[in-house]
Amino acid sequence: MSATLPVDSLYPANEALSRAERIVVNLYVISALVVFVLMMLLGLTMRMGQSTWLEVPPDVFYQVMTAHGAGMVGTIGLASSVVMWFFLRKYVRLSLSIFAANYALFMLGALAILGSVFIGRYAGAWTFLYPLPVHSMGLWSLNAAALFMLGYLLIGVGFLLFYLDAMLAIIRVYGNLGRALGLQWLFGGEIDKSHPKTVVASTMVAITNSIGILAGAVVLVMCLVNIYFPSVGLNALLVKNLTFLFGHMFINASIYMGVIAVYELLPRYSGRPYPISRAFLWSWASSLVMVLIVYPHHLLMDYVMPHWMLVMGQVISYCAGLPVFTVTVYGALTNVYRSGMRWRMPAKLLMLSMFGWAAGIVPAIIDGTISVNRLMHNTQWVPGHFHFYLLLGVLPMVLALMYHVIGERAPSRASDTLTFPLYIFGGLVFVFAFLAAGHMSTPRRFAAHLPQWLAYDRMGAIGAALVITAMLVFTVQIVVGLLRSPGNGHPAHAVG
Amino acid sequence: MIAQDKVWMLTLAGIGLVTLAFIYVIANAGKPADSAQVQKSAYAIRRWWFLALVLAGAGVAYATLKPFPIGDQSAQSQTAQIVDAVGRQWSWQLSRSQLKAGVPVQFNVTSADVNHGFAIYGPNDRIVTQVQAMPGFTNRLLYTFTEPGKYRVLCLEYCGVAHHGMAAEFDVVAADDGGRK
Repeated sequence: MSATLPVDSLYPANEALSRAERIVVNLYVISALVVFVLMMLLGLTMRMGQSTWLEVPPDVFYQVMTAHGAGMVGTIGLASSVVMWFFLRKYVRLSLSIFAANYALFMLGALAILGSVFIGRYAGAWTFLYPLPVHSMGLWSLNAAALFMLGYLLIGVGFLLFYLDAMLAIIRVYGNLGRALGLQWLFGGEIDKSHPKTVVASTMVAITNSIGILAGAVVLVMCLVNIYFPSVGLNALLVKNLTFLFGHMFINASIYMGVIAVYELLPRYSGRPYPISRAFLWSWASSLVMVLIVYPHHLLMDYVMPHWMLVMGQVISYCAGLPVFTVTVYGALTNVYRSGMRWRMPAKLLMLSMFGWAAGIVPAIIDGTISVNRLMHNTQWVPGHFHFYLLLGVLPMVLALMYHVIGERAPSRASDTLTFPLYIFGGLVFVFAFLAAGHMSTPRRFAAHLPQWLAYDRMGAIGAALVITAMLVFTVQIVVGLLRSPGNGHPAHAVG
Repeated sequence: MIAQDKVWMLTLAGIGLVTLAFIYVIANAGKPADSAQVQKSAYAIRRWWFLALVLAGAGVAYATLKPFPIGDQSAQSQTAQIVDAVGRQWSWQLSRSQLKAGVPVQFNVTSADVNHGFAIYGPNDRIVTQVQAMPGFTNRLLYTFTEPGKYRVLCLEYCGVAHHGMAAEFDVVAADDGGRK
């Protein structure tokens, strides 16, 4: 099945990593993998606790839940930023120092968050929804809540530096961000087929996630002021809007950064051109707008919201599916269909990522309907759909890059035949347990469950254990591959 | 079939279709064909696929938004049974504990401290409706119960360490049985 692939097309010379770059990439990748496994173990702890297979006191459960949410969202952002950096640096000159600074700030922020949760006992959830952080009922201190928010701020500053550097570098090459997005070709003109998809996607992410992070920074500073000056009261609805704008944007940015791996790598394994098109440019331009204005679909049950915003939340949720179903996933399938695909590990992971994204947004879009949301909001339907496109969508995108980078340095090919199917099977069991429980009205974020919900919890725990087993093998393979001397690796790949 | 089961079936059908598309493409990935011809055919199909999705989305949006599924927030209903509901860590305070079936109910829902979720579970332990309870705001939830029985309110917005225990109950009685409590 696996024909020999031409080295030059699989590993272009301009993707080779210098010694310094390799150190930074290794730090990012190894840290992300280790944290993923740890956060998955926290997730398993929650599912075991809900299953009554493990005794988890409620205060510990909610601390674990807070760490799991913040850790997973942050780490998937960190890992997918490697995808964007790895490919974007071929087209524009990115600063390695700023990329390294992002890593350092992330680690400092992560330490602050872990200290807040596991030493300060902070359990206000990753969404830190005002005014819960200052209403702990004695479970955590105000300082612990402030430390959690400080951790977020540090991480946000790191990402903002990364995006500002990316935007500056893009402007230096393409003149302005609009030209980088290809807006000049939306309504006509001959499209420059060499214009990189990576530049379009990176520009979109840099613009939108900078706005999202700034919204997050505003709300974090407002909350910090409120912590130490309680007389400065905040409007709970305004804070909720800003919080969900930030949260929605940040997690979606990880998908948009991760999908760059599909654009760059899939055609190398299919051997078929994957050219830029007007539909592609329209999909990214429209996604830029939609991802910023769709967040009210998180607030459909806040009836005091202006109703036009709730209508917008529903309608834009539907519209946001169009670029996925008719351009990105459709384009990927077209690229693979009757191509003579070479099914190496990165190619398999990329195909899985497209499936996870497309299938996962089906329950998400349906839940974006106000009359459905009234029945499904904050049930396990919600973790069902977001785990679908994160666990089976975005994570495979970043794993694909990691497997691609290690190339022939992977210690064995066992993953291809055993671990990969295990990951898919475990992942499907895990997410369908959530979805099935959600349709039975099982609430999310409950430390203790009613007896009729336990079967789903146990199914979820088994699925989680299978996924973690597969993820451990992936982690060992990738870490060993990365740490092997570049001299033993692919001849065209590593330099220095 | 209740609404959640319909949503479940629709979701399974949607995911099933996506799965079939992937299986078809993967099964045919290994037989090389002319790229230009494949892309030409795919792009021709895509126009119709795009049109079908737009029409389906527009139809569903119209059908589910008209009439608008959320009641007027500015006015107190003159005909409904009124229930004032206040959430606080970690209990619900309801102004009535018995309601009549077949007569609209207006829940005026707010919070005394943090955000809560006011979710009403029916006698079959499935959600019948919900709304958020937010400090400083009152959300008006309009609902007409059709089935008598014991209903339970659970908090569906995480609100701290005893969030899962924040519950209340009320009874819905047939219209001709009901008296105010």
